[in-house]
Amino acid sequence: MNTAVIVFPGSNCDRDLAVAFEQATGKKPHMVWHRETELPDGIDLIGVPGGFSYGDYLRSGAMAAQSPVMRAVSDAAAKGIYVLGICNGFQVLTETGLLPGALMRNAGIQFVCRDVKLTVANSQSAFTSRYKADEEILIPVAHHDGNYFADAATLDRLEGEGRVAFRYAEEVNGSARNIAGVLNEGGNVLGMMPHPERMSEAAHGGLDGKKLFDALASA
Amino acid sequence: MKARVTITLKNGVLDPQGKAIHHALEGLGFGGVNDVRAGKMIELDLADGTSDADIEEMCKKLLANTVIENYRIERA
Repeated sequence: MNTAVIVFPGSNCDRDLAVAFEQATGKKPHMVWHRETELPDGIDLIGVPGGFSYGDYLRSGAMAAQSPVMRAVSDAAAKGIYVLGICNGFQVLTETGLLPGALMRNAGIQFVCRDVKLTVANSQSAFTSRYKADEEILIPVAHHDGNYFADAATLDRLEGEGRVAFRYAEEVNGSARNIAGVLNEGGNVLGMMPHPERMSEAAHGGLDGKKLFDALASA
Repeated sequence: MKARVTITLKNGVLDPQGKAIHHALEGLGFGGVNDVRAGKMIELDLADGTSDADIEEMCKKLLANTVIENYRIERA
């Protein structure tokens, strides 16, 4: 499996994500700068990493969503190529329109940085197939704007179609229906606020995040 | 030619920042504040002849996230 990691000015989890991709696939990812208009040929999985792209100016992810490379990412997503957006990457994917809803300021106003318990709400997707249904896992979050919002009809549709991948098993940021990660209609795009790449080696304190990368590598 | 775009959260969208400001006002002893909503204002310096439709497009494509925000355009 060939992978790419998008790098924006202000990305700060790109190298961690590249390590996780490499460990899962055995191959070094292509690091793709935001000004590129095309992705390398033969990419099977694209990572949109966490960080503070463009300093979170205007809205988190808003400027990055307009960068040239995101047009190529949208085209790739339409072809069924896997796209994984983590934290700021999730914000970028909602701003791009690849995923529904928006990530607003945390309900408690404060930046939240700690390990949180999640429930795997859909264990059938290409991203989550190594988890058991309703499995409780521990993954860190680190965000200021993680409060997932969508209108009630959209939330009902996401739940009805099994597109909620992860839920918070505890109160974290005020997200609607405790949603921590959502899939697109095709099931090939996942956005999530928690950082699986920060729970992928024994030294991280757990391996719950590694299963996501291993699942993708064998998808 | 200038235009001012005011961006506010839609009704029904919770506004944690507005709520924090409200609490702070109460903490300062200001009574009688029923609610606070925070938004932002963006001032555009535009070439003459920029149409209303162009400014609308700017709002929809970038300045506002219409999932959660409304925008209002005023020409100054």
